[in-house]
Amino acid sequence: MAALTEEQSILKDQASSWVESQLPVQKFRDFRNSNSDGGFDPEAWSAIVEMGWTGILVPENYGGSDLGYLTFGLILEQLGRQLCASPLFASAYVGATAINLGGNEEQKQSWLPKIVDGSEILTLAVDEQSRHNRDQVQTTATATDQGYELNGAKTFVLEGMSATTFVVAAKTDAGDIALFLVPADSAGLSRQGMSTVDSRDYARLTLSGVEVGQGALLGAMQGSQLYGRVLDRASAGIAMEMLGVGCYAFEMTLDYLKTRKQFGKVIGSFQALGHRAAELYSSQEMARSCAEAGVTAIDQGADDEAAMSAISKAKTGEFLFDMSNQLIQIHGGIGMTDEFDAGLYLKRARVLETTYGNQAQHRDRYASLLGF
Amino acid sequence: MENASELDVFRRDVKAWVQNNFPSSLAGQDLAGLAGGESGARANDEVKTAMETWRQRLAEKGWGAPTWPVEYGGAGLSHPEANVIGEEIFQAGAYNPIPHMTGMGVTMVGPTLLEYGTDEQKAQHLKGIASGEIRWCLGLSEPNAGSDLASLSTKAEDKGDYFALNGQKIWTSGAHISQWCGALVRTDSNAGKRDGISFVMLPMQQEGVETRPIRLISGVSPFCETYFSDARAEKGDLLGNLNDGWSVVKRLLQHERQSQTGGQGASMLDSEPLHVKAQRFVGSDEDGALVDKDLRQRLVRNYMDATAHRLTAERITAEAAGRVEVSAAASILKNSNTRVAQTKAELALEIMGSQGIGWSGDDFAEEELGIVREWLAGKAMSIYGGSYEVQNNIISKNVLGLPETTQKG
Repeated sequence: MAALTEEQSILKDQASSWVESQLPVQKFRDFRNSNSDGGFDPEAWSAIVEMGWTGILVPENYGGSDLGYLTFGLILEQLGRQLCASPLFASAYVGATAINLGGNEEQKQSWLPKIVDGSEILTLAVDEQSRHNRDQVQTTATATDQGYELNGAKTFVLEGMSATTFVVAAKTDAGDIALFLVPADSAGLSRQGMSTVDSRDYARLTLSGVEVGQGALLGAMQGSQLYGRVLDRASAGIAMEMLGVGCYAFEMTLDYLKTRKQFGKVIGSFQALGHRAAELYSSQEMARSCAEAGVTAIDQGADDEAAMSAISKAKTGEFLFDMSNQLIQIHGGIGMTDEFDAGLYLKRARVLETTYGNQAQHRDRYASLLGF
Repeated sequence: MENASELDVFRRDVKAWVQNNFPSSLAGQDLAGLAGGESGARANDEVKTAMETWRQRLAEKGWGAPTWPVEYGGAGLSHPEANVIGEEIFQAGAYNPIPHMTGMGVTMVGPTLLEYGTDEQKAQHLKGIASGEIRWCLGLSEPNAGSDLASLSTKAEDKGDYFALNGQKIWTSGAHISQWCGALVRTDSNAGKRDGISFVMLPMQQEGVETRPIRLISGVSPFCETYFSDARAEKGDLLGNLNDGWSVVKRLLQHERQSQTGGQGASMLDSEPLHVKAQRFVGSDEDGALVDKDLRQRLVRNYMDATAHRLTAERITAEAAGRVEVSAAASILKNSNTRVAQTKAELALEIMGSQGIGWSGDDFAEEELGIVREWLAGKAMSIYGGSYEVQNNIISKNVLGLPETTQKG
C-alpha cells in the first residue's frame, strides 16, 4: 500500500467497508442471474454518486473533489475485489479524464457537473477490431459547415448500452486521431449489446452520417496527443481494478489452502502448493507496487507517465492472469462449478486483460517508448 | 532530520564532502574489486595508498556503518540519512569500500552484535568493523548442513575458560583473508536439533584454524573450506546465551537477506543498457524496433521486473515510515532481485551470441569476458543466503501462515 494521505485512507476504508457490506460479489451474481438489460445495479450506482466518487477527478469549481488518480484507483481496487458492476470507471474516470485534458471552459462547464451527479454517463469508443490497436482508427470525422460528420463502426465499448454520451475516437481531415462527444441518441448512431463472459455491458456502435456541432471536438491538445494521453490513463486505471480482482482471488485461494484437507492434512502443507502460493504472493506485491505507481505518476505529472502506465497494465496483467488460473486449479473441482465464485473472477480477469491492450501490447508500447 | 527539506540540506553537505574527499586517483578504478581483496593485491602502490586515505576519511566520519551509535564507530544517523550517503557516493562515481573490506562485518555481524552483544563485546569488536580494519567471515554451512543448517555437527567442547572447536565449515566467504570468524557450533549433542547450538566468535590467526579456498565455476575463489582442529574460542566471545545460537543465527540470516535485496554495485552488465547492446548485436528494423521480436518482449519483461522490484523495495521502506527494519518482505525482495539479475545476465549472453561465451584471450573484449564471469558468479545468488526455495518456504510459512512442510526440529 502506497503511503496515503489521511483523506485517501478514509476514502479507501469507506469504499472497502461499503463494498464488502453492501455490494459483495453475491450482488453481482444476482444481477447476472436476473438477465436484466441494464449494465449495472441502479441502486448501487446511485449510492456511488451519493458518496461523491464520480467527482474524484473533477475540479472543485465543477462540483468535484479533485482528489486525484491514486484516490480514484483505490476505489477501483475495492470495487474490483467484489466485481462490482458500475459505469464509474468508464464515465467518471475515462470520461472525466477526456474532458479535463481535452475540453475547453464551456465543455468543462457543461459536462463535468453532469458526470459528477450521474445524469450523464460517458464512455470512450475506441476499438474497431477484435484486438486493441491504438493506431488503427478508421472512423472518420469530416469537417462540415456546422461541425463534423462521423462515419465508422466501434466495438467493445464499455458500458456501451448504458452510456448517454460516447467519446468517439475518429480520424480528422488532417489525419490526426481526435476525440468527439457524441450523444447516444444522435441521428445515424445505432448500438447493439454484446454478450461477454463477464456479463458486463459492452456494445458495438455504428456511426453513419452522424452530425455533431463544433462543440463536440475536444480540442485542447494538438494532434493525436489527447487520444494517447486518455488511453494511457485509462490503462493505469484498469490496472488498479485488476489489482483488486487479483488480490481477492489470492485471499480466496489462501483461505482454501488453509482449510481444505486431503490425505489427512490441509493442502497448504504440501510444499508444491506452499511454493506456488509464495510465488503468487510475490507477484501480487510486485503488481501492487506497479499499479499504485501508475496512478501516482499521473498525479505527480511525471515525465514517464506513459511508460509507467504500460508497466502497471502489463505487470498487474501478469499477476492476474496467473492468479485467476491458479484460483481455479487450486480449488479443484469446486472451482469449475458455476455455483462457486472462482469462475466469475476468471472471466472478469480475461476481459480486463484485453481491455485497452493486453500484456504483450503494453510491453511493445514500452519498448517503443524507450526507443527499441 | 526526518522531513524532506532537512534531508535535502544533509544531501548537499554529503555531496560537497564526497567531492572534496574522494581521491581523484581512484576515479574509474575497479573499486569493488580493490576492496574485495583479490584484485586489491595486484593494485599499484599509489592506488593502494589512495584507497587507504579514502577508507580513513570515511571511517573518521563514521560512514562505514552510518546508522551505528557514535561510541561504536558509527555516525548515529537515521536510515534515510544513511541512504543519502550511499546515493551520493554512488552518484559521484565513488564507492564506499568499508562494508566490502569487513567481509560479513558491517552487513551481518555488526547488526547482530548490536542486538545480542554484551557491552564488553560491542566495545571490543564494533569499532574495528565500522572503520573497515577488521574483516569477518562466518562459519555457518557445513558439507552436510546447507539449506538444512541446523543439522550442523562442528562441536565446541567446554574447556573451562574457553571452547575447543572441532569440525569443518564450508562456503566461508573470505575465510583466508579474515581476522575474525563467527561460527555456529554444537554445544549440546543431546538437545534437540536447534536447541544445542551456540554462536561463538574466534580469531582466525591461530594454530587450530586452516582454510582452503574453493575455486568456483567463474574462476574465482571467494569461498573457503575452513577446518577447526582444537581451535580456541574464549568464553567471553560467546554471542547470546549458551545453546541459544539458533535465535542469534536466525537474526543474522535476516540481516543477510536484507543485505541481498538489491543495491548499487559496479557491474559490467551496467556498462550499457541491454537494449543498446541488443541494437548493437541484433539490429533494428526500419521502425527502430529490434528485429528479434521475442527477445524484445523478454527484454521489456526484465526491465519491468527490475522496476517492479525497485518500486516494491521503495514501497516497503515507505510503509515502514523510514524505519528500515528486517521484515518479512526481505525474502520476497531477495528472490525478485535474484530473478532480475540472473535473467539480465542470461539476456546479455544471448544478445552477444558467440561473443558471450568467451573465457579469456584477445578474441573477446574485456567487457564481454566480464559479463560471462558475472553470469557464472550470479548463479550463486539463488543458492547463498538461503536458497530460492528456502525463501519460498519462509514466505509460505512466516508471511502467509501456511503450515510447516518439510522442515522438522
